Amino acid sequence: MRRLVSSFIVIVAAMLVLPAHAAPPKRIVSLLPSLTETVCVLGHCDTLVGIDDFSNWPEQVQRLPHVGGLDDAHVERIVALKPDLVLLSNSSRAKARLEALKIPVLAIEPKTFDDAYTAMAMVADVFGEPQVARRLWARMNESIDQAARLVPPSRKGVRVYFEVDAGPYAASESSHIGEILKRLGAVNIIPAKLGSVPKINPEFVVRADPQVIIIAAQDAAEMQSRPGWGRISAIREGRVCALDSAQGDVIARPGPRMAEAARVLAHCLAK
Amino acid sequence: MKPAQPLVLFVALVAFTAILGFAGASVGSEGWEPLFFRAGNTDASILWDIRMPRTIGAWLAGALLGLAGAIAQGLFRNPLADPYLLGSATGASFGVALCLVAIGVSPIAGPDWVGHWALTLAGFVGAVAAVLITLVLAQGVQHTLRLLLSGVVVGMVFGALSALVMFRDPGIMRAMQSFMLGTTGFLGWSSVALLAIVLAVSLLAAIAFSRALDALALGEVTAASLGIAITPVRTVLVIALALATAAAVAQVGLIAFIGLVAPHLVRALAKPTHRWLVPLSALAGGVLLLAADVLARWLLAPREIPVGVLTAVLGGGYLIWLMHRRPR
Repeated sequence: MRRLVSSFIVIVAAMLVLPAHAAPPKRIVSLLPSLTETVCVLGHCDTLVGIDDFSNWPEQVQRLPHVGGLDDAHVERIVALKPDLVLLSNSSRAKARLEALKIPVLAIEPKTFDDAYTAMAMVADVFGEPQVARRLWARMNESIDQAARLVPPSRKGVRVYFEVDAGPYAASESSHIGEILKRLGAVNIIPAKLGSVPKINPEFVVRADPQVIIIAAQDAAEMQSRPGWGRISAIREGRVCALDSAQGDVIARPGPRMAEAARVLAHCLAK
Repeated sequence: MKPAQPLVLFVALVAFTAILGFAGASVGSEGWEPLFFRAGNTDASILWDIRMPRTIGAWLAGALLGLAGAIAQGLFRNPLADPYLLGSATGASFGVALCLVAIGVSPIAGPDWVGHWALTLAGFVGAVAAVLITLVLAQGVQHTLRLLLSGVVVGMVFGALSALVMFRDPGIMRAMQSFMLGTTGFLGWSSVALLAIVLAVSLLAAIAFSRALDALALGEVTAASLGIAITPVRTVLVIALALATAAAVAQVGLIAFIGLVAPHLVRALAKPTHRWLVPLSALAGGVLLLAADVLARWLLAPREIPVGVLTAVLGGGYLIWLMHRRPR
């Protein structure tokens, strides 16, 4: 409920900031990969004139001018691109500077599964096409349901551990990754009450004994040699799903590619 | 308060070690949860493969830092000296950052131990390299001020280089953060063996040269007139300092304040000569880091607080108390 209310407030705030009947933007700079992807999925990739250093999908955006990282965007370079809209995250430090320079900005920070829809709806509204967002969202949900069917009934209810980083930080039930895993029928060993990406005691993982472990490829080898981890079912039975960096990007971003993320995760669970 | 006898303090610290060791073996991902009398396979594995090496390893790493702190403060005749002073900490970070980038580029295909030891080795090599560069810049170990300044410069430059690597490859930031906040979660028996060997060697070296450290406290000229051969003594002590720090940092990351606070704690309670100060500081360092580790896994279990954050809070709080207590 709180999430709904906050989404509503964000949308209203955006509507106040952006003139209601303004012409759709023609020169957009996006400073968040998931927002870059959202713009393109909505069919307006050609309006992008600049992106942040991490935006790398779809391939055609890689040729655009890069204007810096998420926290160190070059305001000067952005201004030089003469954007009529800059999409960025709420926490971006460029926001205040750009506003002071009278450049229209739209700040969205999708963190959860539902946030991704809010973001998509807000960007679609900017183009005056709210129905497109609703249609895409419905199609994405169908695709996620299809991905869920890739997991055979015998693998439903499988205990899974998704490691975000070797801290170890794990994706809990309340993260967007956890929400997707739940829809695929897996049981996340990290409960929602620990926060979305908690740093956990490694002992907890050994005790919970996950049947599938999903982890970045570069951490996979090191993980197997952690003290006591050799007895975890997933490692004993070779059910460790190592993600390459492209797969990692798809899964880490709460954006329009969550159906693809669901397919990758479904293959991990079905393995 | 009358200064305690060093022996009394020694016994007290050993007792603390025993109590905390028991706590360390009993606190896990579900809070207080002694497993000694449970027969299950998983329980036995958690106790013997995870908790025991972690507990002993945390104590050993703390002891190395406490020992290194005592050596550094004696060697530089400066109560604010800490083990990271010769650039070892930032050198280790830089090594780890480079290694993370290298691993990220080509996931290590090889036996498991390569992935496990690569980072440890990188940290160790980085720390030793930074200390060597400091020594070269200072043109040897003769001049305290030159050593300190070179250490500061090397620390700054290696810190900047790590930042540059992170800027080039932001993907490693999270892993670097774990390293810089310190982590005791993945200590295994092999780490314990390594830490124990290094502790034994550097502790023996420091105790053997403890009289020289006492003499150095009176100033270099006086020490020389007392018949102390300054250069060889300093060389051995600097090597012991670098080795102890590098081993600890490579295993547990950058843990703040232990090396600074442990010798102060000992000096505040007793007024020992270095023969006692050195081993007592090691004991105090071990007790402090183990206490921080137990708290780190207990307070928010099954979540963990980065152990370096706790040592900084505990150590910083203690130093403030030390500063503001009434002079007697």
